[in-house]
Amino acid sequence: MALQILLQLIVTGLAWGSVYALIALGFVLIFKATDIFNFAQPELMMLGAYLSFTLITALKLPFLPAFLVTLVLMTVISSLLEMMVIRPLVGEPVLAVIMVTLGLANVIRGMTGLIWGYEELQFPKPFSAQPIMLFGAAINQAEIFTILATALLLVVFFIFFKYSRAGLSMRATAEDTSTAFLMGINVKRVFTASWAIASVVATIAGVLLATFTYLEPIMGHAGLKALPALILGGMDSVVGAILGGLIIGVAENLAGFYLEQYLGGGINEITAYVIVLIVMMVRPYGLFGTKEIERV
Amino acid sequence: MLRINNLEVVYNDIILVLRGISLEAPEAAIIAFLGSNGAGKSTTLRAISGLLPYEDGEITKGTIEYRGEAVHTFDPQRIVGLGITQVPEGRRVFAELTVEENIRVGAHTRRDGKEEFRRDYDRVLAYFPALSRRLRVQAGFVSGGEQQMLAIARAFMARPSLMMLDEPSLGLAPLLVTEIFDIIRKINAEERVSVLLVEQNALMALAIAEYGYIMENGKIVLDGPSHKLMENEDVKEFYLGMKSDKERKSFAEVKHYKRRKRWLS
Repeated sequence: MALQILLQLIVTGLAWGSVYALIALGFVLIFKATDIFNFAQPELMMLGAYLSFTLITALKLPFLPAFLVTLVLMTVISSLLEMMVIRPLVGEPVLAVIMVTLGLANVIRGMTGLIWGYEELQFPKPFSAQPIMLFGAAINQAEIFTILATALLLVVFFIFFKYSRAGLSMRATAEDTSTAFLMGINVKRVFTASWAIASVVATIAGVLLATFTYLEPIMGHAGLKALPALILGGMDSVVGAILGGLIIGVAENLAGFYLEQYLGGGINEITAYVIVLIVMMVRPYGLFGTKEIERV
Repeated sequence: MLRINNLEVVYNDIILVLRGISLEAPEAAIIAFLGSNGAGKSTTLRAISGLLPYEDGEITKGTIEYRGEAVHTFDPQRIVGLGITQVPEGRRVFAELTVEENIRVGAHTRRDGKEEFRRDYDRVLAYFPALSRRLRVQAGFVSGGEQQMLAIARAFMARPSLMMLDEPSLGLAPLLVTEIFDIIRKINAEERVSVLLVEQNALMALAIAEYGYIMENGKIVLDGPSHKLMENEDVKEFYLGMKSDKERKSFAEVKHYKRRKRWLS
């Protein structure tokens, strides 16, 4: 029985971890390409989830088409945001740009509350609530789907960045913007594309999260767990963001179950931060981040 | 082919870096562009590549013409598309990308299909056989000489008609410098690519160039065919480190008369 519980906890942890990983991935994509930390990333995730909710409930679209339409909508929205809000700030101090993304986050959250209300909404479940039995453990279908969808997405990403011309130009720009110019890469377009891709990742994270929780304007707070995932993995590492997310998802679930009786309720809420605190003491640049050496 | 007329460049609205320079690079020629640190050679190349607007620089006067077309207002990607590529100073290979990916990035602006790409890819590896052994290695881990070769190979992949090389000899062993200069000469001769060679190593540069420009403090102080430049007294003393025989002194007489530069051609 103990093993079944462990398995359940790990699967749930991986599902949450996948969502953290995807949010963290969105942060990393924008940060690497443009050197901006986009605080509105969790809000983009929430917006994506709400949009697909509306498409499913109001327009009565089936889950998959609604999901795809949402991706297109979010790509358009985030590209416009980049072009209208962020691009005019190019050359301004980084802090100013970051503050703008923070403002953007608040605006999106407020608008969502205005439009959809602050009540929790039940996301129409695309999967049956019937759990799957795996080695005697009852496992939520939506969680399994979340893990698989995330894995699939990561494979697609890997292929895109490794083999496609656009992916390659994005990696080159991320590494050295001014040399990217010399290669004839359209750097502005790469910046817009990185926002678009980050919003696609965020939307997928939001919809997946909604399938096994519910919608509310503060669901972006899952992003607060993505931050430790990001710091754990290293700010500029894609692999680090993913592993960081998974580690934190699993760790907080295990801690929530096994440590609660000794340390009291709510221990799962702080697990992520404790882990990060410890990692930061040993490796201040994260598990996979680039060590920045400053020579005097 | 490339003609710069009276170009003046200002950085941060106040720093006058180029004070009206004129320069010409004919079809399929090697042009040496010499000068000490801070003379404005790299700024000239950055102006040609269209990078100035992104680093708070501005062309305040003059024009850059390429095949009769004024190009000094063009975006960097349009410049590359026209066939002007630059090998930046300090190589600047994409360290996290593999050698092969770096070469592929170089062909970013090309839309002429896989076969053409393949052909040039094989050709560039024929010029730089050292690279073909390291294709899967991250570019940050190959040697300085290989990085320089990679940077040239990368610029070659855009199929340029004018290649601008910014100090390709920087930090390389003399033997490697000779090898790289040989390849530059070969590319120039076989592919009919014009080369604008910015160098501090004046001897090497003048040896392969047909014509040279010498720049100091944002101005061209002297230009002429390479063999003439090499005979010029000022060039000899200040760029080639030679003195005429009768002036040659032993190190015993440390305190010697320092000739003023006159820049007479």
